[in-house]
This record gives sequence, structure tokens and C-alpha cells, in this order.
Amino acid sequence: MTRNVAIIGTGHSKFGVRTDVNMQELAWEAVSQALEESGVEQKDVEFFTVGNAGAWSSENLPAIVVGEYCGLNPKGTMRVEAACATGSAALRDAYLAIKSGEVDIAIAIGVEQMHQSPNPTVVELIGRAGNYFWEFENSGLTFPGYYALYATAYMAKYGAKEEDLGLVAIKNHHYGSMNPYAQFYGKEITMEEYLKSRMVAYPLKLLDSSPITDGAAAVVLASEEVVKKYTDSPIWIEAQAAASGSANLSRRDDFTSIEAARIAAKEAYKRAKIDDSEPWKSMDVADVHDCFTIAEILAYEDLGFANRGEGVKLIREGQTKIGGKIPVNVDGGLKAKGHPIGATGVSMAVSMARQLLGRAPKGTQATIRNGRALSHNVGGTGHYAYVTIYSTRRPGN
Amino acid sequence: MITDTRRRIQEEIDKSLTQLDQLVKITKLPIITDKNGSPLWVDVRELDLRYQIPVKKIYKFYEGLGKGKVMATKCPKCGAIYFPPQADCSKCRSSDLEWIEMPAEGEVVAFTKIFVKPVSFSHYPDYYVVVARMSNGVNVTAWYRGKDQPKVGERVKLNVVERDPEGYLTYEFEPWG
Repeated sequence: MTRNVAIIGTGHSKFGVRTDVNMQELAWEAVSQALEESGVEQKDVEFFTVGNAGAWSSENLPAIVVGEYCGLNPKGTMRVEAACATGSAALRDAYLAIKSGEVDIAIAIGVEQMHQSPNPTVVELIGRAGNYFWEFENSGLTFPGYYALYATAYMAKYGAKEEDLGLVAIKNHHYGSMNPYAQFYGKEITMEEYLKSRMVAYPLKLLDSSPITDGAAAVVLASEEVVKKYTDSPIWIEAQAAASGSANLSRRDDFTSIEAARIAAKEAYKRAKIDDSEPWKSMDVADVHDCFTIAEILAYEDLGFANRGEGVKLIREGQTKIGGKIPVNVDGGLKAKGHPIGATGVSMAVSMARQLLGRAPKGTQATIRNGRALSHNVGGTGHYAYVTIYSTRRPGN
Repeated sequence: MITDTRRRIQEEIDKSLTQLDQLVKITKLPIITDKNGSPLWVDVRELDLRYQIPVKKIYKFYEGLGKGKVMATKCPKCGAIYFPPQADCSKCRSSDLEWIEMPAEGEVVAFTKIFVKPVSFSHYPDYYVVVARMSNGVNVTAWYRGKDQPKVGERVKLNVVERDPEGYLTYEFEPWG
């Protein structure tokens, strides 16, 4: 038995340096908001997942600690990990629990508190995300370093320039500056500041990179049987697909595209019956995984918003701003909203749901014509990929 | 020498812990205030992680390094070459892999230079990392030792080297000519 699943409540904490709270207090900010919005009480929640990559924070069993603090015991739970796609993986487990017919209401929670460790330790831990033994132990690659490999290959093949990457950072900061939940709320950047920013891993600079972030997000999901009890405006999860890539980057053939993302996108389009030759035509808005500026350009191509090598044209022409072909990361993206690893995928779901409901912060609302949005969440450097499609219309209708 | 490097790092850790000890002596609590004015409890428990990773099945790789060779495995059934070397061919479900030497010649596919380094690499100068496609079509990820920045498409040579200051055997690229 499979059935439709909808988001009936969303919650989002302020992202940033959140040392004013601990991890479970941070999670509660998002969970309490999602419960409030949905009208669901803890006793009605039958299952909850907690996306938390961890290691930089002290709690080793985050799902249990968050569950206790949020009053979700004794319902079943698990901690979910898929690197930077952890949030989408948490969403997936909660979604499947309902889709399978086992439960009617579940919560997906994503939370990360990266500032429990000093920055160099965080740099170390993220750098270990890949094949630790062969690619970290000897090479000391960092997370920006992995994407920098893609950047040099892409720039060499397609002639993309530093300034093109800068356009992504400027766009995302522009929208992030209007999102009160964003780490860089109120902070626009200029090309001059971008070009002058400190080199992190050539050719990627500090302003190419998403920051180290604390944050939480949560969504309450319900089966189509019970949706009506809670809301007249559910956001349906129309389709979701996941794929994986090799742990060793050296096992990849191509450094100008993320294969796992292409596979997940193709499958998600198929499941949602979307024409994958021009998928952007049936979407109103998308959140893509811009952990680094180059990743957003790769995402345009991997999602079929642009042909291979032409993603850079999309940003040059401003086609991914509001009013363009397909507005992308108008919540600020990982770049300016922040990237609390385990919360990011759930945060994307919150942003897309609020966009479709016309509830985005002022200056960041896309025009909703098709009633459809997409999130693209990549874990590691194409080690995991999740593509989720959201709709205001119940699938099958 | 690695012992000097380690002593220097340990001294820095000791210095910050001594400050913490003094704070506890005065206030009776290990609580500091961060730059946002938030009080933070500094963990009184410490965990030092140094993993012990089994290498029995690929031990020939390390014997090869001792002879100045970078070794890979090859499946005699399907011909797949594995680098990093692995003991099992998952395609053929075969475990009788042969050992072959990786060619020295490769071409840069992608590169970077790491400026902001992980803690455990903080004692090295900024370093280049390269992915090169070797002449047998198999990629290798390793450091690149050259005066100038590498270029995509550049020919490189794979060498066995000693990594200083640790002094262990590993492999790195250098410019071909």
C-alpha cells in the first residue's frame, strides 16, 4: 500500500552562531513552531526522525536527546546521517513511514550545532567526509578542497570565470539579506568584496563558501487520510529520489558534473511525471545545494535547468533570480542562509513549502504559477544526492 | 622531526588548558564567555581519536611502497583495475585479484591548493592536491610538488616519497619534465 504524504506544518530556527542555546533547545525552536503550525500534538506523532551529522557536538545519540527534550518519547525514532544531505534523508525516512501505510503522522527534524567545536576541528571533520583513509589521511583535502577540484575542472573545460562564481554568491546574499532566519540576514555583498575575500581552497574563496552554522528545521508530515483534519492547504511531497556516488573522488570519471544528482533528478522527474527535457517549465522555484558557488552552477545542469557547460550562462543572464526562468535559492541558499549540515535538507523543505503557500519573507517570494517547487540536496561531494518535488496539488489529481 | 611538531602542538593545548584550570580555580566552574556573550561550558572530558585500520588484505601495497612502487589490484576475470587497491572485485564477486604496478605517467584532471587546513594538517605549508588520470585510465588523488600551480591537462609523474615530518612512505605527483 502506498499513499500520498503532505507537509502540514513547518518550523525553522534562526540560523547562525547559536551558542545562546544547546542542541536540543535549538531543535525545540523548530519543532515547537512546526507543531504549532500544524495543530498536531506530540501524542499524535507516531514516528520521528532526527537528522544530525554530529561529531562536532557532544551528544552521541542526538535523536534520543532531541526526542526527550521535545516530548516525543516514547515514539520510535532514529538518527539519520547522509552528510550534507542528512536533512533530506531524515525527511525521506519520515515520508516513507507514512507512505508505506504504517503511520499517519511523523516529524522530520534536522538539527546541527557546529559551534560546539573550534572551527579548525570542524574543518577537519568535514574534510574527513569522503573516503577517510585514502583521500584524507594522505591528501588533507577539506570540504572546500573537494569542490575546488570540481571548480578547476569545470572552469578549464567551459571557460567559467571567478566573477561567474561571484555572481552566485552575490545573488544568494541578496536574497539571504531579506530572510530573517538567515545567518547573513541584512548582509549583501559586492563583487569587489567577493574578489578580495580570503582564499580557502583555490579557486574557492571565503565568499564562495557556505558558513559554519548552527540551526534546526522541522516538518510535520501527514497521510492523505488525516491531512484534512489539520489543514486546507497541505504541501504534498509529489516525489523524492535518492542516489549515491563513489566514496573516493578518484573513482569519478568526470569533475564537471555530480552524477548522483543527475540520477536522483531524473528519477524524481519520472516519479512526478515531469518532462525532463525542460523541467524548469513546470516549477516555480527551487532550492539547490550551493555549499560552494560552483555547486550551484553544477546543480543547474544536473537538474536540467541548463545544458552541460551552460549553467554559467544562467547565472550571467540572471535567469535564477526572481522573475527569471527559474528562481533558485531565493531564501539565501546554503551560502547566505547558512548550512547547519543535518538541518539543511529539512530547511529546504520548509522554504519550498512556505514559497508554495506564498509565505516567503518580503522580497523573496517567487511567483507561484505551477504550484510546484524542487529541492536538491547533495551530501559530501556528490556522495549522496536527494531530489524532492513539492506540489500544492495532491499527486494523482 | 615529527616529535618536535607534536611537542609544539601539545604545548599550545596545554597552554589553553592551563588557562581553563585557572578559571576553574577562581570560579569553581569551567564556563567561559564567547564573543557573542554566551556562556559556554568547556568539556572537562577529552577524547583523543587515533584509529587502527586493518590493512592485512592490501599489505602488498605497503610492501610495494618500500620498493618504490605504487601498486594496484587487477581482477583477472573482468580486467578491472582498482586504485586505491582493494581485495575484492565486487563486479565479479571474485577475491583472487592480481597485484600490478601503477604507471608513473598521468594527466591532471582537477586540482586545488589548500589554504585553510584541517587541524591535523596545520603543520604543513599550503599544499596542492591533484586528481590525475594515469596512462592506464585509472585516477589517483595525491599531493603535487611543483614550484608553480598545476594546470588541467598537464603531464605529471607519480612517485613514492617520504612524507615529512612524519617520515612515512606515501605517493605524490611532481611535474613530468
